[in-house]
Amino acid sequence: MTTKTPPQFSATFDDYTQAEIRRAAATGIYDIRGGGAKRKVPHFDDLLVLGASMSRYPLEGYRERCDTDVMLGSRYAEKPIHLKIPITIAGMSFGSLSGPAKEALGRGATLAGTSTTTGDGGMTDEERGHSERLVYQLLPSRYGMNPRDLRRADAIEVVVGQGAKPGGGGMLLGQKISARVASMRTLPEGIDQRSACRHPDWTGPDDLAIKITELREITDWQVPIFIKVGASRPYYDTALAVKAGADVVVLDGMQGGTAATQAVFIENVGLPTLAAIRPAVQALQDLGVHREVQLVISGGIRSGADVAKALALGADAVSIGSAALTAIGDNDPKWEADYQALGTTAGAYDDWHEGRDPAGITTQDPELAARLDPVAAGRRLANYLSVMTMEAQTIARACGHNHVHNMEPEDLVALTIEAAAMAGVPLAGTDWIPGKTRF
Amino acid sequence: MTSFDLAAQPLRDLNRALHGIADGDNRTAWEILNPRGAHAVAVGVNQPVDITVKGNVGYYCAGMNEAATITIEGSAGPGLAENIMSGTVRVKGDASQYAAATGHGGLVVIEGNASSRCGISMKGVDIVVGGNVGHMSAFMGQAGHLVVLGDAGDGLGDSIYEAELFVRGTVKSLGADCIRKEMDEAHIATLAGLLAKAGFDADPASFKRYGSARKLYHFNVDHADAY
Ligand SMILES: Cc1cc2nc3c(=O)[nH]c(=O)nc-3n(C[C@H](O)[C@H](O)[C@H](O)COP(=O)(O)O)c2cc1C
Repeated sequence: MTTKTPPQFSATFDDYTQAEIRRAAATGIYDIRGGGAKRKVPHFDDLLVLGASMSRYPLEGYRERCDTDVMLGSRYAEKPIHLKIPITIAGMSFGSLSGPAKEALGRGATLAGTSTTTGDGGMTDEERGHSERLVYQLLPSRYGMNPRDLRRADAIEVVVGQGAKPGGGGMLLGQKISARVASMRTLPEGIDQRSACRHPDWTGPDDLAIKITELREITDWQVPIFIKVGASRPYYDTALAVKAGADVVVLDGMQGGTAATQAVFIENVGLPTLAAIRPAVQALQDLGVHREVQLVISGGIRSGADVAKALALGADAVSIGSAALTAIGDNDPKWEADYQALGTTAGAYDDWHEGRDPAGITTQDPELAARLDPVAAGRRLANYLSVMTMEAQTIARACGHNHVHNMEPEDLVALTIEAAAMAGVPLAGTDWIPGKTRF
Repeated sequence: MTSFDLAAQPLRDLNRALHGIADGDNRTAWEILNPRGAHAVAVGVNQPVDITVKGNVGYYCAGMNEAATITIEGSAGPGLAENIMSGTVRVKGDASQYAAATGHGGLVVIEGNASSRCGISMKGVDIVVGGNVGHMSAFMGQAGHLVVLGDAGDGLGDSIYEAELFVRGTVKSLGADCIRKEMDEAHIATLAGLLAKAGFDADPASFKRYGSARKLYHFNVDHADAY
């Protein structure tokens, strides 16, 4: 019998934490990676849908209509965007993604009757050509920003922040600054490119209101103007976005992906998507503009259930980034040998900034990029969008709604006290909404 | 001369009228009366017309200009000629913050002074300022030229990429990665050309040149505090 205690590992200094300390000590640089927060946070999985019962009757699946269309930008724009489904493709830059990947996103979105979005790096002709509805982002860097593209966009999205990094700028490391990316961004080839975290020509919401007037004047008030914010102070950010003149508010939670940011930022700054929706909806309701100014939610949306729950909480549509990349082939186990060679494994690969993506999506290497067939990948994305839409309809019908927008908070309960408090719905089996009603 | 009175007609009609100018249109000269500090005057113009604004303007006058020659007979608020692509924008008075921000091309001439962040994130525009520029001018400047006949404030050219800066007076301080550079014949010729285009009579040899030390182009742990 031994007198020694068995080896005991610390919950605080776990293996991953220790490895990170050693890596930081060896390299002197923080970890940079793509993707969104990987830690577990309260999410849509912590909500359940009630379905119909004695007091509500369901709609017949496949027989009775359950509409899914959504109009974005009806507040001021002469030409709001009409989407067939309440799921849009989020802004991801050409530069962070390859040309074929952007093309695939455009094709898939167009087949599904929805929009896709440019990103930090400007609009490419391929992307415009393959996207029936294209949202053009105005970011702090203004890379490639020009009035011709502004006029050929179907909407303009002023990016104030992203869920993965509210308050942070962008970065694209030298490996991905190919000749084409460099010239679109007016930068020398191969350098590490930093994008600013603040817009160069406005600071607060009062200035932004004037900036938006300028954009509307340039485009003759034709197209909607979105404001995208990372989830941090959703009530006030939404209210200020409305005040600044937005047609649409895009709110991105901390699980939202990014092309590349400091891991410490991704994991520690911002609010989970679930916690951001109700305050934003409350702000719209308090200002009397809920449904007039549309709310698009993103950050960790994966399935039709997530869509239905987000809409039930008051969103008008959702937006997907990471899931769209997965649908077109990101992290596919068929490239496992290549992932292993990069010191990772399919499903965990997130060094998107290095530009060596085996799936050919987050790269500018022509050989790797050629691995992605944009037509087939676009088809996959369209299939996936269609599945999500049918799933959301299934849930809405079960709750007796003839439009997915008729989902409401009363259709939901929460599995945990945290989720109940964040989503403002009762804990399952009780009528307790922490912070609102007494237990 | 086509005249447009902002005291009598809405801004929206002005910009629509300017966007409605077709190729070969014979309305090549415009004057805008009573701007009275209005924002977004003559934005997104994309024809080679001459526009004179008779007075002071607010934010973003001549924003995203392409091809037009716009003269402001007064001073301009923030974001003058932001993201200009081509053409010429001239302010007879002073300009507020972020003049010519992110400009991709063309020429912006400010006969008076420019405030802070003049030429921020400039991407190819040429800017010539008759007076002084405020702090953080040419911040993250990527391409193009900023010529200052007077003095420059703190942090000139901070985090600069490949924009070239010429200052005749003093520079209060240089920003991270911005250094003084030699002036050779080619630089003097470039500067002389810019001064001539802008209509200033100054000796190019009396200017100093500044640009990027290119030390921040690749992350280096020993420069971490400069990022
Ligand atoms: C590869 C990649 C690149 C991105 N680039 C941008 C960008 O250029 N501009 C932007 O506003 N957001 C960008 N995002 C964030 C997305 O627009 C969106 O907010 C996020 O992906 C939504 O969360 P999800 O990934 O969980 O669906 C990017 C995301 C990814 C994954």
